[in-house]
Amino acid sequence: MSAQANDPVEVMLRKPSRLSVIMHSDLVYSFLHSRITIVAALVTLVIVLAAAFAPWIATQDPYDLRVLDILNSHNPPAWLKGGDPQFLLGTDDQGRDVFSTILYGSRQSIAIGVMATLFAGILGISLGLIAGYSGGTVDAIIMRAADIQSTFPAILIAMLIDGTSRALFGEQRNEQIVFWVMVLSIGLSFWVQYARTVRGSTLVEKNKDYVLAARLIGIRPGKILFRHVLPNVVGPVLVIATINLALAIITEATLSFLGLGLPSTQPSLGTLIQIGQKYLFAGEWWIAIFPGITLAALVLAVNLLGDWLRDALNPKLR
Amino acid sequence: MLAFIIRRLLQAIVVMLTVALIAFTLFRFVGDPINMMVGIETTAEERAQLRQQLGLNDPIAIQFTRFVVSSARLNFGNSYQFKTPVIDLIADRFPATMELALASALFSLLIGIPMGVYTALHRRSWLSNIFLAASLIGISLPTFLIGILLIFLFPVTLGILPSFGRGDVVRLGFWTTGLLTASGLKALILPAVTLGLFQMTLIMRLVRGEMMEVLRTDYIKFARARGLTDRAVNFGHALKNTLVPVMTIAGLQLGSIIAFALITESVFQWPGMGLLFLKAVQNVDIPIMSAYLLLVAFIFVTINLIVDLLYAVVDPRIRIDAKVA
Amino acid sequence: MTSVLSVRNLTVEFPTRRGILTAIDDVSFDIGPGEVLGVVGESGAGKSITGTAVIGLIEPPGRIAGGEVLLRGQRIDNLPPEQMRRIRGKRIGMVFQDPLTSLNPLYRIGDQLVETITTHTNLSNAQARTKALSLLAEVGIPAPEMRIEAYPHQFSGGMRQRVVLALALAVEPELVIADEPTTALDVSVQAQIIALLKRLCAQHGAAVMLITHDMGVIAETADRVAVMYAGRIAEIGPVRDVIKAPLHPYTKGLMGSIPSLTGESDRLVQIPGSMPRLTAIPSGCPFHPRCPRAFVPCPTFRPELQPEAHSQVACWLYHPFPVTAEAS
Repeated sequence: MSAQANDPVEVMLRKPSRLSVIMHSDLVYSFLHSRITIVAALVTLVIVLAAAFAPWIATQDPYDLRVLDILNSHNPPAWLKGGDPQFLLGTDDQGRDVFSTILYGSRQSIAIGVMATLFAGILGISLGLIAGYSGGTVDAIIMRAADIQSTFPAILIAMLIDGTSRALFGEQRNEQIVFWVMVLSIGLSFWVQYARTVRGSTLVEKNKDYVLAARLIGIRPGKILFRHVLPNVVGPVLVIATINLALAIITEATLSFLGLGLPSTQPSLGTLIQIGQKYLFAGEWWIAIFPGITLAALVLAVNLLGDWLRDALNPKLR
Repeated sequence: MLAFIIRRLLQAIVVMLTVALIAFTLFRFVGDPINMMVGIETTAEERAQLRQQLGLNDPIAIQFTRFVVSSARLNFGNSYQFKTPVIDLIADRFPATMELALASALFSLLIGIPMGVYTALHRRSWLSNIFLAASLIGISLPTFLIGILLIFLFPVTLGILPSFGRGDVVRLGFWTTGLLTASGLKALILPAVTLGLFQMTLIMRLVRGEMMEVLRTDYIKFARARGLTDRAVNFGHALKNTLVPVMTIAGLQLGSIIAFALITESVFQWPGMGLLFLKAVQNVDIPIMSAYLLLVAFIFVTINLIVDLLYAVVDPRIRIDAKVA
Repeated sequence: MTSVLSVRNLTVEFPTRRGILTAIDDVSFDIGPGEVLGVVGESGAGKSITGTAVIGLIEPPGRIAGGEVLLRGQRIDNLPPEQMRRIRGKRIGMVFQDPLTSLNPLYRIGDQLVETITTHTNLSNAQARTKALSLLAEVGIPAPEMRIEAYPHQFSGGMRQRVVLALALAVEPELVIADEPTTALDVSVQAQIIALLKRLCAQHGAAVMLITHDMGVIAETADRVAVMYAGRIAEIGPVRDVIKAPLHPYTKGLMGSIPSLTGESDRLVQIPGSMPRLTAIPSGCPFHPRCPRAFVPCPTFRPELQPEAHSQVACWLYHPFPVTAEAS
C-alpha cells in the first residue's frame, strides 16, 4: 500500500468533480430508479419535440388554405374503412389532417402554458421578494391582494381578464394579441403561490445575521436577495412550477374549449376538441378524441414529473 | 371567540367591497354603457339625456355607492342581450347550478374519503396502486375533457344517459328541481360525475396525505403502545384527526365546484348560471358579468367564513383559549 | 428470580437504499422485577430502537433480524400481531419523550384514559372513569374531577407528562419503558417526574427500562445501567460501579465529560471524534477509532460482553483476545 494514496492531504485534494456529485445525487438516483418518471419524461419530450418541429413533421400545413381540399374532409383514421393513408388520424370537416392539427395545436398549448408559467413565476417571485424584504405596508398590500385573489379559482380570473380584453379591444382582435392576452390572464391567475412561498423564505433569511451584516456593510438589497434568498427557494418553486405548468395547460385548453381562447384559425388542443365535439354524435369521433388523448398525455406526463420532483426534493423523505 | 368572528366578518366585507370595486369598474368603464344599451337610431341628445338620467355624470364615489347599495338590494340592472332584469335571469338558473354542484360535491366526498382512507391504511396493496393511478389521471384530465369522454362513452357508444339538458324538472315555489323525475336524475349523472371527478381525486389525495401524516405522529404511536385495537387507532384517532383539516379544504372546494360548474354546463348544455355567464362573456353583456362576479364572490366569502367557524367548533384548541397550568 | 424482561442477542435492521442499516446488533440484557435499568448513550446509539423493539413497534421495512425478547420467560418477539397488541399497554407500558405530541389533541384526557382502561379490562365506562379519576390523583393532578374533562393543550408540560404516565400505567403493566421521559421538560419539573415515575413503579411493582442520554437522571434513579454505543452494549452493571469505576474506555470518557459541581475542577474531558454513522460502523470494536487505549485486536475482532467484577463489559482490555485470524 503506497503511503501516498492514504496521505490525508492527497485524500482531501481528490474531491469528486461537480458532475460526479450531480450524477450521484439523490435527485438523479430517484429519477433513474423510477420507471414511471422516465416514461413520463420521455412522453413529455416526444410531445414537446414534435410540437417544436411541427412544420417539418406535419404532413400538411392545416392552416394554409391552398392545401386544403374539401373533398378530403370527414375521413376516418388510416386504419379504418374509408381511411386514407395520407391522413394518418383522419380529417376534420374542412379537410384538415388531424395529425397535423394536433402537432400545431400542441405547439400553441405548450407555448402558452410555458409562457404563462414563466410569467406567473417571475411576477410571483418578484412580489414575494419585495413583500418579504420590505415588510410593513408594501407587504400588507401584496398579501391582501394575494388573499383576495386566492379566494377565487384561477379560471374565473382568467375568464374575467379575457372578457375584459374582449370588451376593450372589440371582436376584431388581432390574433397575436389573443396569444398574449391568454398568457397574461393565465399568468396573472397563478402568481399567488409563488409569492407566498418566496415571501416566507425571504422572511426567514431576512432575519439571519449574515443578511444584517451585509446590510450594514451597504450591499444593495437586490444583490442580497438574489444571491442568498433565491437559491434557498429554488426547490419549492420548481415544484410549484411543474404543478402550475400542468394547470396552465389545462386552463388554456379549457378557455379555448369554451370559445374564449384561441380561435379556430389558430387553434390549440382545446379549440380542436371543441370543434370535434360537434361531430361526436355523427360518429366522427377522431376529430375530438385524438386531440383529447394528446392533451391528456401531455398533462399526465407533466404531473408525473412534478410528483417525482416533489418527492425527490422533499427533505422529510430523504 | 367573539373577536375572532368579528375579525372574520370584517375581512369578508373588505373582500366583497374590493370585488364590488372591480365589478363596478367593469360595469362603468369597459365600453360605454349607454351605447350598449340603446339602438343605433337613438340620437345624441337622447343618449345625453339617458346619461344624465342614469346618473352617469355624477362623481365616481357616488356612483360606486349607488352601485353597492343597489347590488345589495339585488338590483343589477338589465341585461344588454335580453333587456330583462339580470336578477331574474340569475334566479331562474340558480337551482340548476346548485343541484349540479351539490350532487357532484356529494359524489366526490362519498367516494373520495373512503378511497383516501383505504390507500393510507393499505399502502402497498394492488388496489391502492390502482386508486392512486386513477387519481393521477383524474387530476390530469381537464373537466371538459372528462365530459367529452363520458359523452363519447355513454350516450354515443352505449346509447344510455342523455348528453345534454336537464331532463324534466318540477317547480317547487321559486325552485326548479330535477331530482324528482327519472329523466331529471338520469340527466344529472354524467354532469355530476364530470364536475365531481376532479374534486374526488383531490379529496382522495388529501385524505391519504393527511392520514399518512397523522399515522406518523407521536400520539398514534402512543395509542398503539397502549395496546388500543387497530380499529380504535385507525378510525377512532387517526381518521378523526385527518378529517378536521380535510373538511375545511373540502368546504373551500365547494366554492370551486360552483365556479367550475360553468365548464360542465357548457359541455352538457346544462341550463345553469355558468352557461349564462359564458354567453355573457361571449356577447360582452357586462351587467350579467358583473352580477355573476359579485354573486360568486359572495358565495365564496360566505363559504370561507362558515368553514372557518366550523373549524373553530371542531378543533378544541381554537375554541378554548385559556390555558390552565 | 425470573427476570421480567430478558433480551437475548437482539438485532434490528433497516433495509435502506444504500444497503442494510443495523440499528442494534446482538444486544442482550435482563431486567428483574422492581428493578430500574438505565439505558444510556449518545443520540443514534440505538437506545430508543431497543425500547421500540421490545414493545414490538418497529415499523416496516425495519425488522427484528435476530435474537429474542422474553417477557417473564415467554417469547414475545414472534407473536402474531393481535396477541402482541394485547400485551402492549397491559403488560408493557411505554412513555415517550414529548408530552405535547403524545396526546391526541382532539380528545379529552378522561376519554383517552377510559378508552385505554376499557380496552384491556372488563370494566364498564363508569367504573373505568372512577379508576381514571384515582389514577389522575395518584400522579398528582390537582382537582381531578375537573381536569378529567380538559383537553391536552390546557395542561402545562409537566402536568401533561403526568397524564402520560397515568395512561401508561393505567392497567398496571409489569414493565415500563420510558424513552427520554424528561428531555422535553423544564429542569425543575424533570426531578418531579422522575421521582413520580420511580415511586409509581415501585408501588405497582413494575420493572423499568429508562432510556436517556442524561447521566444525572440515571445516577438518581437507576439500579443498573447499560451503556450503548453504535448499536451495541459497551458496558452494563450496577449504577454506582459504572459511575465511580467505569471499565469501558467509552464509559470512562462519558463520566469524564460530566461537569461536577463538587470538588475537582479539572478540565472536562472530551472524547475526540464522533459516533460513527450506522451505515459506516468500523470493523472490530466500533469504538476503536476514538479509543485512547485501542491496541492490536481492536480493529479486527469484535468484543463480546463478558463479566468483570460486578458488571459486564465488551472490551479487549479485560478479556483474552483471540490470536487466530478470524475477523468479525
